[in-house]
Parts: sequence; C-alpha cells; structure tokens
Amino acid sequence: MDKRDTAFLKQQAKRVRIEILKMLTEAGSGHTGGSLSAADVVTALYFYKMRHRPDVPNWRERDRFILSKGHAAPLLYVVLALTGYFDTLLLKTLRKIGSPLQGHPCSKTLPGVEISTGSLGQGLSVSNGIAIGLKIDNLNSRVYCLLGDGETQEGQVWEAAMTAAHYKLDNVCAIIDLNGLQIDGPVSKVKAIEPVASKWSAFGWNVIDIDGHDMEAILNAFDEAETVKGRPSVILAHTVKGKGVSFFEGKVEYHGIAPTRDELEMALKELDGNG
Amino acid sequence: MGEIVKDTREGRQSIVGKSMATRDAYGETLLELGKKRDNIVVLDADLSGSTKTGKFAKAFPDRFYNIGIAEQDMIGTASGLALSGKIPFASTFAVFETGRAWEQIRQTVCYSNLNVKLIASHGGITVGEDGASHQSTEDIALMRVLPNMTVIVPSDGYETMQVINAIADFYGPVYVRLGRAKVPAVMPAEYEFKIGKAYPFHIGRDANIVAMGIMVSIAIEAARILNDSGIDAGVINMSTVKPLDTGTLLNAARSCRLIVTAEEHSIIGGLGSAVSEFLSENFLVQVRRIGIKDSFGCSGKPEELLKLYGLTADDIVETVKEALKK
Repeated sequence: MDKRDTAFLKQQAKRVRIEILKMLTEAGSGHTGGSLSAADVVTALYFYKMRHRPDVPNWRERDRFILSKGHAAPLLYVVLALTGYFDTLLLKTLRKIGSPLQGHPCSKTLPGVEISTGSLGQGLSVSNGIAIGLKIDNLNSRVYCLLGDGETQEGQVWEAAMTAAHYKLDNVCAIIDLNGLQIDGPVSKVKAIEPVASKWSAFGWNVIDIDGHDMEAILNAFDEAETVKGRPSVILAHTVKGKGVSFFEGKVEYHGIAPTRDELEMALKELDGNG
Repeated sequence: MGEIVKDTREGRQSIVGKSMATRDAYGETLLELGKKRDNIVVLDADLSGSTKTGKFAKAFPDRFYNIGIAEQDMIGTASGLALSGKIPFASTFAVFETGRAWEQIRQTVCYSNLNVKLIASHGGITVGEDGASHQSTEDIALMRVLPNMTVIVPSDGYETMQVINAIADFYGPVYVRLGRAKVPAVMPAEYEFKIGKAYPFHIGRDANIVAMGIMVSIAIEAARILNDSGIDAGVINMSTVKPLDTGTLLNAARSCRLIVTAEEHSIIGGLGSAVSEFLSENFLVQVRRIGIKDSFGCSGKPEELLKLYGLTADDIVETVKEALKK
C-alpha cells in the first residue's frame, strides 16, 4: 500500500504496540505476549505489503490476511483501526459485552476480519481455499496467514501444508511467529517443533528464515516470497514474546494476561523512550 | 432461475420412481449442477468413488479438489473457497465428515456462517459389512446442535436430486446425509422439496410416524400393515431435521394419540430428540422413538442390521400397537 520506508514502518509498529497495550489494559484481559511478538510482521503487511482498501473491506482484488493464531486479535484490531477499517474509539470496547471486537476475531461482527478464528490450526486450510478460489478467478491477489509456533503442533497445519504444496499455491505466504513460548511453557519443553525449517522444506515449501523484528528483513522476505513460483512460501519469523516492553519480554506468564494500569504506564514510558 | 427449474424438471423424468442409493442420485445431480454453474466446486477426502463425487471430478477436473485423507483440512479448504465466492460441496463418509471435522465445522463454517455444503454418504448402519467404525449413528445429533446449520436427510433418489438443487440456491451451511444402500422410491412425481417443509403422505387419527431417510419407506410399509389391522396410521417424511417443520408436526400430533419417530440414527440427539423437544413444550402426546438405542453398529448385511437394531416395519408396528394399548 504505502511506500517502502523502513523508518516510517518502525514508527507505525511502535504505535501499534502502544495501542495494543492500551486496549488490553482497558479490557483487563487478553493476549499480550503473542500480540507484541508479531506486531512488526503484521504492521509490515498492513502498512506496506498488502493491497487492500479499508473503505471497501470486501474489495475483490485485495490481498487477504488470515490470523490463524486468533488470540493475537488485539494486534489485528489495532492495525485494522489504524489503517481505517473502523474508528479507533472502538478499540476501547475490546472483549466488552456487545462489542464487535470479540475476544477472538469474528468475521460476522467486524469488517476486515476475513474469517473467525481462535480455535488453532485452521487458518492455513482456509488460506489455501481462498488461494485456490483466487486462481480459479485469475486474480493475482495473495493470501497471508499468520500462525503461532505452538500452533504448529496441531495436525491440521500439516494437512494444509501438504495441500498448499500439492496444489502449487504460490499465492499463499505463511508466517510462523516463532516466539518460542506457549501457555504451558517453552515450546521446546511442551512439545518440540524443531527442526522447523527442514520440516516445512520437506513439505515442499520455500522457506525464508528471518529476525521477525528486523523491519528491513521482514520487507525483503515478503518481497522474495512474491517472486517464488510453483510452491508456497513460509516466513519463519524469529521473535521475542512480549517484544517492546522489557518486563514482558520472554515471559510465559504474559501469554494470556493484560497489563495492569501501572504496567501500562511503565510500558508506555519505555516505548516512548525508544525513539 | 427459470432455466434451472426447467432443467431440473427434465432431470426428474429419469429419476422419479427409481429405486437407487441416494449417493448415486447425488453424483448425477452434482454433475448436472456442474454443467449449469461454474461456481460449483467439489472437494473429497479420498472417497470420491464411494461418495459419487467422482463423476463431477471426471467431468470438471479443474473444479474438483481431492484433499486426500484429511477431513479437517478439507472443511477448511472448502471454507476458503466459499470465502472466494464459490459454492463448495465437500463430501466424505458421514462419520468422518461430522465427527473427525466437527470442530472445524463449528469454528470455521458455522460461526462464520459460510456457504459450505457438507454432503456425506454412508449415513447409518446400512453401510453394512464395514462395521461400526464406518457406520454413522451420531451425525444428525452432531450437526443439529450447531447454530446456522441446516440438516437434511432425503428419503430417496428423487428427493435427493431436489435437495441438492435446492441447497445450491440457498445461502448457508447445510449438512445432507446420504446412504450407501439402494432404497425404494417413495416420493411422488408432483413432490416439491422445500427446505424446512415436511411431506405428510397421510395424517393418521390413531398414530403418525415421523421418519427420515431410509426409514420413510419402512414407515410406509408399517403404516400399511397397521391400517390393514384397523389402526389409522400416517407417515410424515421429515426430510429437513433442522429447521424442523413444527407446523406439520403439531397438526399431526393434534390429530392422533401417538407420535412415533423413526430414524437410522441414535435415539439420542437425532430426529426423535428434535420431535420430542418440540412436543414436550408445545403439545403433550405420547411419543415413541424408533432408532439405535445408545449402541454402536456392527458388521452384517443391511437388512440383517435393520432387523438386529429394531428398525423394520414389524418393529414399528409392534411399537405402535404396544403404545396404543396404554
């Protein structure tokens, strides 16, 4: 959408993190760690890579974003609001009764949400279906699907991985948010998923390994993925859970809880202090 | 629209009055639909020969996706195709379609209210020799509980053809249960299927049998035996289990002393439950449920299994006579 301006995008990512923290504090519950870890990647998609029209959410030729790790709903809501899908005032209603901003994304209540998610492991299959439909219609739109690392313990992810490769869905780009933590602890301790790169490679995917907080690397990865034909691409984004707020970083406890008012104040100071 | 109706009527000539498996009627109808509409896409999970989607696959290879032995992924892929504006028909055996992929149907198809058509073959115990692992006796319960879902169980080939055409014109998730074995033709040539509309063959003054699927023809036989012995028994084909045709049901209940439900499904959660739930809150009448009594199926010939599980015309007759004595 926008021009490739790394400094601008970094600034937007910071704004996104600030809004995530504010809305989570207001809600009093929600998933902090996994929203912050994927903030740079998703900012890059909505503010740079994807072709989309916030004023026409169902624009036929748009690129699609599927949030398979639905618990990162705060991140999705913030980028949708900041890019103009709805009023940012709505962010204050997260998780409240009657709000279109459900605890996990609901496509029936909020424009810009392509499909309701929250139960893990299902988004990549949906992405494949959309991608097939786009090919049938000769549209060159792309489908981006964000998964959690723990999420890849779901068997359906690998069923979908096979489908995308079999049908040569080069318009599918998966991103794995490798923040290394899941609810019960480190992914490596709960149930190891390594070696991640060779697994996806063996399943027929083009694998791009990056630092998921390096904006330049993120942009390069998305651009590279678009040039690969005949097979789907997966971006392995190595990230830090809770990224941007030192006292949340790498803390498994902050998977599913919101900041307190005091924590929010400290977090905002810290984010403001970092340029 | 007019053209489709005309074509449907042409198709009717060959299928009305014909004894056939409902899955065969599905295969033929899907092929015809594919010729008429290029937004119909079909998915299967390695059972296209048995579900009869293979006919469509052969004619339209570019609109057929074999997802392999991966039912959960099939449901997700079908959902994505629906989001792209296609009308996906996703087929496999009833046990795998509704059981293996239930939560995918709940989260992705029903919660988002997607236009996905779930057409399952091999419903019930008349799957036969393959045994309990492949006999679906819980699918109606599993699908009926989901918000936004429509549940249909056609009784014969002719009705199946109409059902498949009707749901292609209807927006929303639909589950259609089909059978493996050949069934007698029961629906008359003038019959017009409408979603949510039951078909009463006759409303009895003593008892009415509310049936779905293969049990409709068996109920008709039972009613004939009962009428011969002086009991006025009617039969209602409740092919749409959800939404239930409560108007027809209430009318039947008010006309008689006994309602009997007949289904090739567990008596828990299926047609018997749906009818009982409605009647218990709206009109008090005796109810008896013919169906599988909280057990798994087993291997055997379809007719042997119907006998073993108490799903024959004689079983219905006995149940009616016993209940009317009270």
